[in-house]
Amino acid sequence: MADFLYVFRGGTYQQLSPEQMQKHMQAWGTWIGELSKRGQFKAGDPLDPGGKQVKGKKKVVVDGPFAEAKDLVGGYLLVTADSLDDAAELARGCPILEVDGSVEVRPIRKM
Amino acid sequence: MSGAAPVRGVVEHLFRHEAGRLSAALVRVLGPANIDLAEDVVQETLCHALETWKLGRVPDNPAAWLRAVARNRALDVLRRQKTRTRVAPELARLGEELAPAVDAAFTEDAMRDEQLRMMFACCDARLQQPVQVALILKLLCGFGVGEVAQAFLASPAAIEKRLARGKAALRRPGALADLADPVVARRLDAVLDALYLLFNEGYHGAHPELAVRADLCAEAIRLGRLLAQNPATALPPTFALLALMCLHAARLPGRLDADGALVPLEEQDRSTWDRALAAEGAQWLSRAASAPPTPLLLEAAIAAEHCFAPAFARTDWAGIVALYDALYAHKPSPVVALNRAIALAQLEGPERGLLELQSLAGRERLARYPFYPAALGDLHLRAGHHREAAEQFQRALRLARSPAERLHFQRKLEQTT
Repeated sequence: MADFLYVFRGGTYQQLSPEQMQKHMQAWGTWIGELSKRGQFKAGDPLDPGGKQVKGKKKVVVDGPFAEAKDLVGGYLLVTADSLDDAAELARGCPILEVDGSVEVRPIRKM
Repeated sequence: MSGAAPVRGVVEHLFRHEAGRLSAALVRVLGPANIDLAEDVVQETLCHALETWKLGRVPDNPAAWLRAVARNRALDVLRRQKTRTRVAPELARLGEELAPAVDAAFTEDAMRDEQLRMMFACCDARLQQPVQVALILKLLCGFGVGEVAQAFLASPAAIEKRLARGKAALRRPGALADLADPVVARRLDAVLDALYLLFNEGYHGAHPELAVRADLCAEAIRLGRLLAQNPATALPPTFALLALMCLHAARLPGRLDADGALVPLEEQDRSTWDRALAAEGAQWLSRAASAPPTPLLLEAAIAAEHCFAPAFARTDWAGIVALYDALYAHKPSPVVALNRAIALAQLEGPERGLLELQSLAGRERLARYPFYPAALGDLHLRAGHHREAAEQFQRALRLARSPAERLHFQRKLEQTT
């Protein structure tokens, strides 16, 4: 077993009706609930858009990121899986894919 | 960081119903001229909730959370001085008092009243009924354009047009009257008619999917209950409509079988009926009965007889025929006469029913109504006239308006061979 980070980007909800939004949220609940039942869910949080970036040797603090909506990171999840392939397979069940979003699957490096 | 597994607890249709409540509050705060802005704020609020809740946890009181977000967004809009005077001149004068005024619009009582005001504004006589009902579904029930279109088997483009026409009327100054305004009392009948239309679209409509239809019935009942809660509209006609809707909707679960075919009352499994809704209907009926009978009240009384009969064979047919007689005196329509004849046939036999049906007043107006030949077919079948029964069911089949009706008449036709 190894740990993996899911990074969620994009996903547009503006065109959904209230009922569709609720169904979408329930789909997330079901997906994360199943990960959790199998003991694969470790942590996860949504991220606010915007924030600050600290850059360079001068340690300049600037506002941002101002990425395009489809590139903006909206949240992350920490899961355990047997392999990278297994983690990617699990990510295929993520509801964000239904609304034009993406999941980046990254193995956490072991010491 | 959230280490524990998220717990999800959101009541059914929360987003949709809160959308209706928030729209009402926001139109109050931003002014009816800014109905589109109000709808945008609702949509942003719900998107924000979805983004926040999907990976985290749902707050203990999701409705209160949504209201707080919408309230803050409304304040942001109003505080941008430039827009404030354009948005809501009466609020612009408030200055520092702005926040309490906005808060007042988001209380439970205020949102209930606002929804009623909106309901009455939607039922302006200058708007056609399909426009009124589309507005109600969009603004008060939180339906998306696609869902309104689906409910009416119309195209989204056609619904967009209807909604644009309706919203233009709502933007007119004075479109949102106070509940104490005499216009409210005068318009109650129009509001009840619109709710009844919404209910019937669910109950008798051609939409093949039972879930969609049950939703429409449930929404009509929900809005009817809102009317019954307010002293200005808690009147016998409101109770009579609510009684009728509850007593019909209680039997909705037994109306279609697993194949989607219409199941006649005689063959319905009465254990599937919603007893709580039937009991609620009976309560509304007793409150409505304090006033002189109206067609709706009599129809509700007939529905109650069916709802509480322990079995089809143990239905009080004499009582039902008497109610149909009273209904016919108020509303001499051929459909009422048809239903009376069907009840009479239960009481006095199929030959008597056939005699009534064949000489039915106004039967030429039933030329496209499939349940006229279907009723004739039923009685011929019971009387043992198989050839005549087959002819009538074939006619019914040609007139069927939905897959549910078609399947049902098909099966009846098969019984004649």
